Amino acid sequence: MGLKQNLHNLKEKYKGTKMAPAFNAIHTFLYLPNETTHNGTHIKAADDLKRTMNIVIMALVPCLIFGMFNAGYQHNAAINGFTEGMSFFSGDFWNLDNLLIGAAKILPLVIVSYGVGLIVEFIFAVIKGHEVEEGYLVTGMLVPLIVPIDLPLWMLAVAVIFGVVIGKEVFGGTGMNILNPALTIRAFLFFAYPTWMSGDKVWVADARELTGTADAISGETMLGSLAQNAQSSFSNWDMFFGFIPGSVGETSTLLILLGALFLIFTKIGSWRIMLSAVIGALVMGFVFNQVVEMGWIGETSKFYGLMSLDFWKHLLIGGFAFGAVYMATDPVTASQTNKGKWIYGFLIGFISIMIRVFNPAYPEGVMLAILLMNVFAPTIDHYVVQGNVKKRLKRAKVKTA
Amino acid sequence: MGLLSKKDAALITDPFADNNPITIQVLGICSALAITAELKASIVMAVSVLFVMGVGNVVISLMRNIIPSKIRIIAQLIVVATLVIIVDLVLKAVAYDLSKTLGAFIGLIITNCIIMGRFEAFALANGPWRSFLDGIGNAVGYGVILILVGFFRELLGSGTLLGFKVLGDPIEKTGLYALGYENNGFMLLAPMALIVVGIIIWIQRSRNEALIEEN
Repeated sequence: MGLKQNLHNLKEKYKGTKMAPAFNAIHTFLYLPNETTHNGTHIKAADDLKRTMNIVIMALVPCLIFGMFNAGYQHNAAINGFTEGMSFFSGDFWNLDNLLIGAAKILPLVIVSYGVGLIVEFIFAVIKGHEVEEGYLVTGMLVPLIVPIDLPLWMLAVAVIFGVVIGKEVFGGTGMNILNPALTIRAFLFFAYPTWMSGDKVWVADARELTGTADAISGETMLGSLAQNAQSSFSNWDMFFGFIPGSVGETSTLLILLGALFLIFTKIGSWRIMLSAVIGALVMGFVFNQVVEMGWIGETSKFYGLMSLDFWKHLLIGGFAFGAVYMATDPVTASQTNKGKWIYGFLIGFISIMIRVFNPAYPEGVMLAILLMNVFAPTIDHYVVQGNVKKRLKRAKVKTA
Repeated sequence: MGLLSKKDAALITDPFADNNPITIQVLGICSALAITAELKASIVMAVSVLFVMGVGNVVISLMRNIIPSKIRIIAQLIVVATLVIIVDLVLKAVAYDLSKTLGAFIGLIITNCIIMGRFEAFALANGPWRSFLDGIGNAVGYGVILILVGFFRELLGSGTLLGFKVLGDPIEKTGLYALGYENNGFMLLAPMALIVVGIIIWIQRSRNEALIEEN
């Protein structure tokens, strides 16, 4: 009772002052408030926005922990050589050495992301006099998972400020944003500091510092090497388990799959969007495979590497799985209607693979595909609703006639 | 302000703040996005528009009673086109390199919405002196925003101002760059110019009580 009562007293003390939203936020973060509703409709539900957000964070934690181990593993393996045919629970991967290297790199990213983002949220809540909104809880977790490991912290801070203010607060805060804030932050980084966001020197810890020394290492992502028509040495199981270089938390398709099942089971994430995104990606990948099969694209073409990749492998590499499960399903920026969700998801998958193959400057298309479809989501909904209205009007006319 | 009556003075000061052509009327956005990656280009553009606006408004005002209203747009276009060609040729003669970087945009002053807008809205109905003041006022209001946007975009995007390396040398890592600072490449892209203009509008609207809308 102690902490809860103390927080409640603190809240009462600051009631009506400018700082009240800040204290309310701390109070309701873990506890239900003491006040009860006195009149009007009573809706009893265990999950409010904060609980919903916490469930998504729970689904993300495995990816974060895996990312820490993987960061260390990639660093050591780039120097000492990769282990062939590793199983998921291999001791070569899950050891303290790997974890320490990864944690030292990734925890600062998490701290900066949450620290800066929440400060911006608190400032806006105090100025505008509304409650602190919970929207940043998930964004703050997503951001460190979708950036390269060596990203300088000040760049992350600048991008977070930009993403939260321009991506969200100017539209009116949580629930009003058009674009996914986490992807806005990543897009900002991508266009502002391209040398830190792509290439072969950013995906493995310290690759940049070691350039030119005897220990020089380079770590292309799968997409990066395929875009240059180079063969990759990683096996399919490596890709599925996630023992490959990439952004911090997006490499392990296995853990993302588990996260997806968890989100679907708790009814937080939309299975329609996830499934249709996968179908869209497979269709586009299959079309490209057929183009290669027909002989329209030869091995000399710059698109050959990615086009000839078996269509199902597109799901295993790059950030596609992560984007489809955690970002495309954002309830604020996605389509709201069920039919709209199918169209929205399908186009995300379809366009992701298209950008991937056709534009080597943007090795991963899922970020741009989701942002593009975020913009179109309201339009899709509009036509779905209008279509439904028309259908019903028609039915009404037939009856009266 | 002995020179100007109160009404005339408002012609110059209004477009500067409360009725700024870019941030309030949202005209002339195209050039504000296209050429503001460098401060120098912004300044040249601002001066060019100042000349075209000032002279153009006077010419149109003088001819306002003899232009048939059915063909007034064509008549206005010919006046702007003439003035723009003068600007273009002067730039080519005086600063050839700069005219090359500005390229088509000097020519596109013709299509700048502010110019046609002021001809239509003001010069066709007012005397030459007042039209001149109105033209100067609007061009200055336009130029100030252009220079402001150009300042931030060049400073943050290239780390320079008018070509001087104010933040240090990015290749030799001096000044700020020694601390790990890097130029923001997004600033050089047109979308960021739109966002910078948006932020200026935001700040102006939240500070100026007259502009806060009821809701």
